[in-house]
Amino acid sequence: MPAFWSWFIAGGTILFIIWCVWLVSWSAKQGPVQKTDSDLVGHRWDGDLEEWNNPTPRWWLYLYFLTIIFTIAYVIAFPGLGAFDGVLGWSQEGQYEREMADAAARYEPIYANFAEMEFEALAAHPDANALGASLYASYCTTCHGSDARGARGYPNLTDDDWIWGNSEQQLYASIFNGRTAVMPPVPAAFANGEAELRNLTRYVRSLSGLVEADDAAEAKAPVFATYCATCHGADGTGNPLLGGPNLTDDVWLYGGSEEDVYTSLAEGRNGIMPAHGQLLGENRTKILAAYVYSLSAGR
Amino acid sequence: MRHETIEKNINLMMVLIIVAVSIGGIVEIVPLMFSSDATEPAEGIEPYSPLRLAGRDVYVREGCYNCHSQQIRPFRSETERYGPYSVAGEFVYDRPFQFGSKRTGPDLARVGGRYSDDWHRLHLIDPRVLVPESNMPGYPWLEERIVDPELLTAKLKTLKLLGDPYTDEQIAGAAAAVEGKTEMDALIAYLQGLGINRSNRR
Repeated sequence: MPAFWSWFIAGGTILFIIWCVWLVSWSAKQGPVQKTDSDLVGHRWDGDLEEWNNPTPRWWLYLYFLTIIFTIAYVIAFPGLGAFDGVLGWSQEGQYEREMADAAARYEPIYANFAEMEFEALAAHPDANALGASLYASYCTTCHGSDARGARGYPNLTDDDWIWGNSEQQLYASIFNGRTAVMPPVPAAFANGEAELRNLTRYVRSLSGLVEADDAAEAKAPVFATYCATCHGADGTGNPLLGGPNLTDDVWLYGGSEEDVYTSLAEGRNGIMPAHGQLLGENRTKILAAYVYSLSAGR
Repeated sequence: MRHETIEKNINLMMVLIIVAVSIGGIVEIVPLMFSSDATEPAEGIEPYSPLRLAGRDVYVREGCYNCHSQQIRPFRSETERYGPYSVAGEFVYDRPFQFGSKRTGPDLARVGGRYSDDWHRLHLIDPRVLVPESNMPGYPWLEERIVDPELLTAKLKTLKLLGDPYTDEQIAGAAAAVEGKTEMDALIAYLQGLGINRSNRR
């Protein structure tokens, strides 16, 4: 803060306090010196009850002076007079830093102890899971749901189907760094028009037995092998390293209906799991990963 | 002077009340106008891009500030959930700022990057698709309304007049930058840029 404005604030505040002292003292002396009828304010109740123009009652007056004394003590102790920091050295940042340091001293050792445990043991530890559950509630529910069953486009975490894998490293990486799924739209050259893309749709759906593959659909097997198998595997069982979902099971992230699968093929899908490493830090990420692992039915 | 002089003269009293109230304003507000903490942009804060500016106006028009604040206070209970606390320099290009005064929904000051664009789109159309317990209304019409490029260009010119450092190229390119974009695109762009100037702790 420039020095001028610091003095401006300090001067304005001090002058205002002095003015308040004068005002309260001055008004204390107001009122009749010798009471005459002209000092009646002219209000009359119940025939004979009248009001004198008296000064403020003393107890009230002293309360005013108490607030002024409090103000003077306050601006000496706390920052209030421009750039003057106050004799207590209090600051909003300082209070925040202390609060954070206290919390770190209290909670970080707990997180660190858990983070040293074996992953499987951590996932089975009730206290760690309680911590994990509260982390989950803060950071994960908006997409994966408070019951962890997900939503359309946001994976169910309670089943045993893992697009990006459920090993310790894979879960940790998914949470810490996030994931970006890249399902490109199937290019026209492969699909060869809408009708042909419909055939490919039927072929994809036949992999999980949703439909019986007819000849036209079966004829799209080479397209699948050339184009889709890179991520989804030659047999369609997926590849967790690339985030290619298993197409042979009954779990469909974007729906398994004819239209849903067609849309996925025609327009592509780009699911994003945002990175949470900066929000959580390493220890909490591991505890959360273990909690998510504990939710999985496949464990 | 006796106190009746003031109490029985409404015009004099009015003038004195204005003087008394103004002292507080002059001592508390005027110095902030000359304080670099409040007038200079914080590190990483740029004027709104054309699309984000359009989104900001959608945010204001739809009254998002009625339920969402954009100010993280310096308490652990806030920074644990929302990220680093807000500082004055982060709001220098907000006219008016969107601090809000009530949180029916969460604070949005650092919502940028927390969710994917697709998440925001689905959530803004019908929040209960993703968060069944949500009481936020849906805003499906944002998908159908197109951002008006001419109006946006005029807004940028006005903001430049008010001192926001837009270049002539930015103003000339504004219409092209929002060509064919829906209000939904604009709002999502606005949200995705909120608070990303400062990384989260840990």
